[in-house]
Amino acid sequence: MTDMLDWMVSRARQGKMSRREFIGRTTAMGVSTALAGALYTKAAHAEPKKGGVIRAGLAGGESTNTLDPALAASVVPQVGNAHWGEQLVDMTPDGQVEMRIAEEVSSSPDSKVWTFKIRQGVTFSNGQTVTAEDVMATFKRHTDENAQSGALGIVKGISEMKAEGDKLELTLEFPSADLPYLLTDYHLIIQPGGGYDNPNAGIGAGPYILETFEPGVRYVLQKNPNYFDSGIGHADTIEVLSINDNTARTAALQSGQVHMMNRIDPKIAELLAGAPGVEVRRAVGRGHYVFIMHVDKAPFDNNDLRMALKYGIKRQEMVDKILGGLGSVGNDFPINAAYPLFDDSIEQREYDAAKAKEYYEKSGHDGSPIMLRTAPGAFPGAVDAANLFAASAQAAGIPLQVQLEPDDGYWSNVWNVEPFCASYWGGRPVQDQMYSTAYLSTAEWNDTKFKNAKFDELLMAARAELDQDKRKAQYSEMAHIVRDEGGLILPMFNEFVAGIRSNEIAGWIDDPNAEMMNYRAPAKCWLA
Amino acid sequence: MHPILKLLVQRIALGLLLLFAVSAVIFLGVEALPGDTAQAILGQSATPQALENLRNQMGLDQPALTRYFNWLGGVLTGDLGKALTNGVDIAQAIGQRLGNTLFLAGCAALISVPLALILGAVAARYAGRWPDKLISGVTLTTISLPEFVAAYFVIFLLTIVIPVFQPVAMVFPGMSFWAKLQAVALPVIVLVLVVLAHMMRMTRAAILNVMQSAYIETAELKGLSPMTIIWKHAFPNAVAPIISVVAINLAYLVVGVVVVEVVFSYNALGQYLVDHVTKRDLPVVQAVGLIFAAVYIGLNIIADVTAIIANPRLRHPK
Repeated sequence: MTDMLDWMVSRARQGKMSRREFIGRTTAMGVSTALAGALYTKAAHAEPKKGGVIRAGLAGGESTNTLDPALAASVVPQVGNAHWGEQLVDMTPDGQVEMRIAEEVSSSPDSKVWTFKIRQGVTFSNGQTVTAEDVMATFKRHTDENAQSGALGIVKGISEMKAEGDKLELTLEFPSADLPYLLTDYHLIIQPGGGYDNPNAGIGAGPYILETFEPGVRYVLQKNPNYFDSGIGHADTIEVLSINDNTARTAALQSGQVHMMNRIDPKIAELLAGAPGVEVRRAVGRGHYVFIMHVDKAPFDNNDLRMALKYGIKRQEMVDKILGGLGSVGNDFPINAAYPLFDDSIEQREYDAAKAKEYYEKSGHDGSPIMLRTAPGAFPGAVDAANLFAASAQAAGIPLQVQLEPDDGYWSNVWNVEPFCASYWGGRPVQDQMYSTAYLSTAEWNDTKFKNAKFDELLMAARAELDQDKRKAQYSEMAHIVRDEGGLILPMFNEFVAGIRSNEIAGWIDDPNAEMMNYRAPAKCWLA
Repeated sequence: MHPILKLLVQRIALGLLLLFAVSAVIFLGVEALPGDTAQAILGQSATPQALENLRNQMGLDQPALTRYFNWLGGVLTGDLGKALTNGVDIAQAIGQRLGNTLFLAGCAALISVPLALILGAVAARYAGRWPDKLISGVTLTTISLPEFVAAYFVIFLLTIVIPVFQPVAMVFPGMSFWAKLQAVALPVIVLVLVVLAHMMRMTRAAILNVMQSAYIETAELKGLSPMTIIWKHAFPNAVAPIISVVAINLAYLVVGVVVVEVVFSYNALGQYLVDHVTKRDLPVVQAVGLIFAAVYIGLNIIADVTAIIANPRLRHPK
């Protein structure tokens, strides 16, 4: 709640929220009207400071990176792209769709045809005006298999696109009430002509203009004087440095060489929080660490055995020991409170040796070792987590054994191939997208090989359902199906743990959408 | 032809032959990997048609021998091809990073080689006494530390406890020479600590070995001071083994410092190679492999030739 208040205060400060809206929203959170009024007055007068250089030191950059937004897959390119590029729509920290290049969005009553009104007078860094055709061409390029876009799964459901004047009309193959949420995907950066000519040009309509790009080393960006939103982009220059080594990154923050860093090692988060000049910021995200069983392969094709394993894992222990307390327990379905329409009444599954034993005996398993494959790179702490799991399962009489695999080739040789392994998911903006990416029968990344007709039917029904209560009930039923029948063991949701120079950076808001304030921290923060 | 000149030509020709052999081995090694470059680019989503198109486009349908000579021809004319992962021209990308590698290695060598020689001579002068024990003890301790431990130690000491340097050692074009020196200070310190002991010990051993000779005794009897004896009489005769150890360490400074580069986020060749190995970007791996081989062979030729020139017996063969 404090975060939400912080966010609203910062919106008010940027002149993005009227006094009326601010007081309405804050009083809805239980703040008294008088206090809300005072807060607004204070916020509206504390202008963010302009100018200076903000440096971010981030893990997740390689010398193999490109500027093509379709191929962005790690944090440094994601942050870099979010600064020179702009999207049609984005997510707010409280899970709403935020208008960016789009000014308005509306849909037909069956949520099959969506119309986006394009903001007028926005220009690319090469001087061209952003038109509905540019947006359409961008989406078209991402639907092209050759573009190898990470957003292919999102845009391929669009069966028809039409650009007319300042309107873009998208017709979907199947109705989806969530389309604006799906289009907040970070790959979908609007490029002139869709980026067909040169996807690596680095020309966009973002708050900054790309000056230097050295793959795996750094991005240097200068403020875009023509950017349409004065509430974003306070520093004159942004430098994004790729620092993959944990110790070097932490030392860079401590010594003040960078102003902000991502991925603080959970083991040192507490120590670092006590260091002078450094503040550790945590945001509960939607990402989670998992152990996945293929429900179509023996012995995991037996639901009793799956239940035995689900009861044989100590979730709280994993949060404490693997995440250093920086996370929350999972409940064997991939949704948590960070998602809209989450049902918090679903009973939390706990470690229960007696139940695990009972299910294991009921499954009639022959007692041969059950192999759990893991690698250091499956997720941070994956090997330790697998060993903890094996120990607690063995205590319940389940012959679970850990097999260590090399990091090299893990995602091609083990994940989605071997029937039981450690893995992770980054989370998605809405439940529909998470479920359709990995739990729908026909999903490409259905890494538990889960096929359930009732589940698929509910997913399709919920997608088109506009009544939020009905929709919530449908998602709740789907959660129960995955939790009680699926091949997913989900012990923990991780948090995004970032560090900032406490006296030098202002405007930070913990954002659950993605790391580094949804990749936009350098543009949204300012030098204090 | 002067025998030295002849020798020089011989050695260089031999080195080139060796480099040629290495290039063949690298190419064969890459060929022997399952799948081909086209498959590596297209990955899981490869359709047979797309594979064929890309193979034609890249000339992968040609026989291996033709491709080898095409690649070799490209290498000789400075065209190393394009990286598979991001389409960047390899020669260009390597050019800048090789410069950074050589800059770091050069700085480390300029400090460590003279220091090792002086410390070695001092240790030999006071062999078995406290200066010798102190020098040997300290340098053997620093060489025994794994590089990354030494790196973390200097980061902690010199950026947090006494904040004089920066932990991230990236250098960029356009930085002043002084700023670059300041940026690489920490990795240079670590590398000096790592390579010092080996060269110092060899200098000490080689000098002590020569010190047993009769002509040193003569020099002593003439009344020369111990340091003069070491520099004027012992050192020139001990130089051959020292040079070969120095060459090995210089080569190591160029090709073997991946860990130090990663810890300090130094944008040089080692990190570039590691990133591309993980992504199976074979043209880059081939190119960098060849460069590393060339550095090793080149430094060894230099060491050989210098050792010969320094040795009167080899300089004037009967």
